Amino acid sequence: MTDKFISIEGIARRYPGASGGTTTVFENLWLSMARGEFGCVIGHSGCGKTTVLNILAGLDEPSEGAVIVDGQAIEGTSLDRAVIFQSHALLPWRTVLGNVAYAVSSKWRKWDRARVKAHAQKFIDLVGLTGSEHKRPSELSGGMKQRVGIARALSITPKIMLMDEPFSALDALTRGTLQDEVRRICLETGQTAFMITHDVDEAIYLADKIFLMTNGPGAVLAEIVENPLPKDRGRIDLHRHPYYYALRNHIIDFLVTRSKSFTADVTNHDPRNVPTVRPGLTEPTIVSSPRAIETSPVQTIAR
Amino acid sequence: MTFSLRLRAAIVSVVLFAAFIGVWHLATRSSGPATNMSPEYAKLMGLTATQGKSAMPGPLDVGAKLWEHLKRPFYDNGPNDKGLGIQLAYSIGRVGLGYLIAVIVAIPLGFLIGMSPLISRALDPFIQVLKPISPLAWMPLALYTIKDSSISAIFVIFICSVWPMLLNTAFGVASVRKEWINVARTLEVGTVRRAFTVILPAAAPTILTGMRISIGIAWLVIVAAEMLVGGTGIGYFVWNEWNNLSITNVIIAILMIGIVGMLLDQILARFTRMVTFPE
Repeated sequence: MTDKFISIEGIARRYPGASGGTTTVFENLWLSMARGEFGCVIGHSGCGKTTVLNILAGLDEPSEGAVIVDGQAIEGTSLDRAVIFQSHALLPWRTVLGNVAYAVSSKWRKWDRARVKAHAQKFIDLVGLTGSEHKRPSELSGGMKQRVGIARALSITPKIMLMDEPFSALDALTRGTLQDEVRRICLETGQTAFMITHDVDEAIYLADKIFLMTNGPGAVLAEIVENPLPKDRGRIDLHRHPYYYALRNHIIDFLVTRSKSFTADVTNHDPRNVPTVRPGLTEPTIVSSPRAIETSPVQTIAR
Repeated sequence: MTFSLRLRAAIVSVVLFAAFIGVWHLATRSSGPATNMSPEYAKLMGLTATQGKSAMPGPLDVGAKLWEHLKRPFYDNGPNDKGLGIQLAYSIGRVGLGYLIAVIVAIPLGFLIGMSPLISRALDPFIQVLKPISPLAWMPLALYTIKDSSISAIFVIFICSVWPMLLNTAFGVASVRKEWINVARTLEVGTVRRAFTVILPAAAPTILTGMRISIGIAWLVIVAAEMLVGGTGIGYFVWNEWNNLSITNVIIAILMIGIVGMLLDQILARFTRMVTFPE
């Protein structure tokens, strides 16, 4: 990791506990990402994922440590870091165009109306909402609302896109199409993105690096999983890739068992040097019985 | 044959109105000439005694008088005899002015209270004590300090309409959804622009609801205030006609107070609908 575009350096978050003490959600968290990378954080609820994202966004402050983006320590929110909220957070009294234009005119204060409108329109077209510019959020479906949220975040051409479970409130079909859109846009524009998700397949499809966090309180970044799947992977045939199940099983195993026991099992864990894992074919796979192969119609056809 | 709900409701309303007028008419009609009365004595006694006429005017008397008022709403025959239109205009003018001052004070102050937990807590005891005071209790103090009855009435309107607006504005501003504020924060929107582009539109329905409650209270209070300060206005008119024992005029004034109050409420209701957004 030579190019540290985003570098989270030893941040901690503590809350005053019920009985006078303090509750540490996580501490001594180190994490870095290169420019143009797509990072996903996976972990159970309460491990502080959202807090990490909010600290990155500048909406929250770490109790200790610092976050450096593009060589500068961040201080508060910035137009360089756009957030796509889980609940889309559109302003309901503004139209689709109005919501995107609000972001555009916040970034470029001196632009005239026509220029703001044209710029906003470009991003509305990009997320496939052409023709719905003058609708209000209440007239849109959940997926369309989140598209507006994406258009709003992209329209300010941020250095980083931060996404807090952006598709968790959507139905599976809509989620799939939006994942495609986000992947396409991120690949086309070389966008650096940081996303929180609960969906393992979403992480496998979108992320270059998957950050696994143990359970809170006292959560740590246990492992960085590098995605072994090719860049040009498609959502439809993702599961046909030979490395897919190794990767998926690795993450699921972590979430099911290791996320609970990790801090107790691994005593020499160095938060500054988190191991990077790249699941491949060496993972054990289930072998079908010989009899099943003999009677399998697939085998017959293959011959 | 089925009518729409609206039409059926209208029919029931008309029937109820007709029934009310009918009962009123029957209850106040003459019971026929009283017997055994010398013409001179009858002349002295008036219709109530001689024709058995009720002291309460019937709907026809009120209707005739109302028509008279409506034909000449703006005549001015001196301090005690002005048209109904002039009296209402005085009252609406006082309410409007007091209410306007209340808006100018309550909305910025409410914004401040809603946005700053410190100010909110610091001002809370004062608001809690001042709010339940009957606006008319301020009247002597206002008369003593301001030394002008008309301005005192305006002050009373101000003091009664300021609280609902202040509290609703503070509540509306304080309960703006956190995510909308966060949107503005991530877009580096300054405090002033944030107040006008996010907080104001988000809190507008709550603020307008407070304003609607306020105009209702202001209109309730102006009648009582004008009875005290005298001179002009619909409240004074009611009291003056009571002193004249013109129950017909009192009834007409009551009707007018109701209609104007309804109109004021409807205007604010329309504004509230304009700023309300569906989520």
